Amino acid sequence: MAKVLMKGNEAIAEAAIRAGCRYFFGYPITPQTEVPEYMSRVMPKIGGCFLQAESEVAAINMVYGAAGAGARVMTSSSSPGVSLKQEGISYIAGAELPCVIVNVMRGGPGLGGIQASQGDYFQATKGGGHGDYHLVVYAPASVQEVVDLMGVAFDTADRYRNPVMVVADGIIGQMMEPVELPEPREYRIDPAKKPWAATGWTPESGRERAVINSLYIEIEELDELNMRLQARYDEIRKNETRWESYQLEGAEFVACAYGTVARICKAAIDELREEGIRVGLLRPITLWPFPEKAVREAAMADGVRGVLTVELNAGQMLEDVRLAVNGAKPVSFLGHPGSKMPTVEEIKSAIRRMKEEQA
Amino acid sequence: MLEKVLFAGFGGQGMLLAGEFLAEAGMEEGKHVSWLPSYGPEMRGGTANCSVCVSDRPIASPVITSADCIVAMNRPSLEKFESIVVPGGLIIVNSSLIDIPSTRTDCDVVYIPASEIAERIENPKGANVVILGALLGKKPMVRQETMAEAIRHILGERKARFLPGNLRALAAGMEFVS
Amino acid sequence: MSQTIFKKTGMLTDVPFHYCPGCTHGVIHRLVAEVIEELGMQDRAIGVAPVGCAVFAYKYFNCDMLEAAHGRAPAVATGVKRVHNDACVFTYQGDGDLASIGTAEIVHAAHRGEKITVIFVNNAIYGMTGGQMAPTTLVGQKTTTSPYGRDRDWCGAPIRMSEMLATIDGSAFIERVALNNPANIMRAKTAIRKAFLCQKEGRGFSMVEVLSTCPTNWGLSPVEAMKWLEENMIPYYPLGNFKDKEV
Repeated sequence: MAKVLMKGNEAIAEAAIRAGCRYFFGYPITPQTEVPEYMSRVMPKIGGCFLQAESEVAAINMVYGAAGAGARVMTSSSSPGVSLKQEGISYIAGAELPCVIVNVMRGGPGLGGIQASQGDYFQATKGGGHGDYHLVVYAPASVQEVVDLMGVAFDTADRYRNPVMVVADGIIGQMMEPVELPEPREYRIDPAKKPWAATGWTPESGRERAVINSLYIEIEELDELNMRLQARYDEIRKNETRWESYQLEGAEFVACAYGTVARICKAAIDELREEGIRVGLLRPITLWPFPEKAVREAAMADGVRGVLTVELNAGQMLEDVRLAVNGAKPVSFLGHPGSKMPTVEEIKSAIRRMKEEQA
Repeated sequence: MLEKVLFAGFGGQGMLLAGEFLAEAGMEEGKHVSWLPSYGPEMRGGTANCSVCVSDRPIASPVITSADCIVAMNRPSLEKFESIVVPGGLIIVNSSLIDIPSTRTDCDVVYIPASEIAERIENPKGANVVILGALLGKKPMVRQETMAEAIRHILGERKARFLPGNLRALAAGMEFVS
Repeated sequence: MSQTIFKKTGMLTDVPFHYCPGCTHGVIHRLVAEVIEELGMQDRAIGVAPVGCAVFAYKYFNCDMLEAAHGRAPAVATGVKRVHNDACVFTYQGDGDLASIGTAEIVHAAHRGEKITVIFVNNAIYGMTGGQMAPTTLVGQKTTTSPYGRDRDWCGAPIRMSEMLATIDGSAFIERVALNNPANIMRAKTAIRKAFLCQKEGRGFSMVEVLSTCPTNWGLSPVEAMKWLEENMIPYYPLGNFKDKEV
């Protein structure tokens, strides 16, 4: 299929539709508004449902209802709006419902700004709402990758009955790049595949009555739910962890970055190679599950003298990198909170500094 | 080859679209491209700019901190962005609206009365494509035919009536710098 | 020879209600269940339970059920209804759920003309958390968070949801009923039936507000509670139909 030039946000919407998503509930917020706008244009033409909710709170609860009803459903928002959705996301996780939530991240805290940010790493990977739960979190670094990951996101959500989040920084959402779109896939609500879904029931339906619920008032029952969730998270860790390695072979330093920042690291790495400094990149594609083993192995490789974590925040993934490396090698950090994107020059300087400190 | 171009002007001057034409044309020639707009409140009447990368290799960073070329449609854009051009880089100035020279002496600076040329060829809204033509004339990143095709593609059937005017603008801009 | 003269509706499970003695939730459950069964909509019924005393409603209604976060039932029901257009979707909500934390969701479900049926149980108090002030608590009424009686100047006068929602264009059927005597219980059932028919006919948003008692948290016997409802609630919350819009 020929490539088309597409804005990240529109590509997110189109890829979701091609993955069989027919239900979208959302609310406008910069810099993700092109997602609902695209959905509002296309859904009515293909028999799908776009609904602009009265708030992000309502939108995520509509997602809860539609997911509970067996549909492939998504919502999208940007950081402040995603904060509002957290209550619903916790309920969705607790009720074991599949859905996809897109966060086109902007700078915070509070209203913050509208430029790109990675300030929601903790929120996305450490739970976000109340309770012991995890989302599967994908962090694309290009418009093509976000297109590819949207299909993966819906499939992963269904496979594990777990909410999945795609975190794209504002640049991925706003940027246009050439993309190859996947062939459209059909998704039908199939009680055989989702026997737990609320689709209408009688005692003769041949399945148990659906109860979509996250309330387990007995200690033993709540314990059972949580153990079930934890076992599922172990499976997800085992099967779904993704990352990309770049120039790690023979590297003296390992950069660790995701999303747009990882691309800037690549530019810095290429230029540093020309200076004779060998740097590789480990780019987590799933932020949860975090590619802990891959990071540890990259850091522990012969000749590696240190790890530089680069983020568009004050150092959030940094904690996971440190846990993975566990003191075996020095771990440095370069980043800016807010939305000031780290530059190629800054990354090069940081690596040079690490090299000098160890000389 | 990696060309990093920043298109800047007032909202409504068509700089985002000019950048999109370049990105589309680059893609049609099989190059790697990215187009990244400024966005937010500044879209409402303030400066609107976009960063376009055209490259033979995958584009590492779509964020331009140093540009090979800037296209400035108005004075604030020139003042704000001329400093990010690399030495020896290209600065294209819409002299119809910018009454000051660039302070850069180490760059190739082209002054083109894009708005006046657009008026003259009876496409007063086509200054953005005139100046795009000047860029293409100075830096042949893509062929003129590919650019024409990209413009045709992006305008689509709904805006096909604007195609001849835009092609005139493209040619006029290229001619000015030839 | 024995003859069946009463049979419990199949729309209720055999799980015993957890409600307090004298509480009217049980009656309301039965009215809703009977209406759905009588309208032959059991196989298409999907209910949404609230947070509040009726949080376990999913155990009692014998149909597919979803348990919503506090106040969000109308949004959850919207998601369900948009997926299954032909389903009979209802929410069952108390006054804390619907009239306090969930006002945005209920107002906008009505505003969109969402084709769902809302059963709104108004007993002028928070039951499940143990008798705190609700937006529907009457002026002067003592609760654990209005120990000196609700002060109008401090926290406003009780909110009348039916009247308010009736002003919204998208609402099609709104009626307030009470369960204080057999005649009113029959009127309540008729109203609930009309509300579900309204949904079935695709006319828009429907709601029945049911004035209910909470003997436990009101600190009254069930009989005294009925009397209190008649003497205090009905004068402030007048019974009757507020909207019955044709297609």
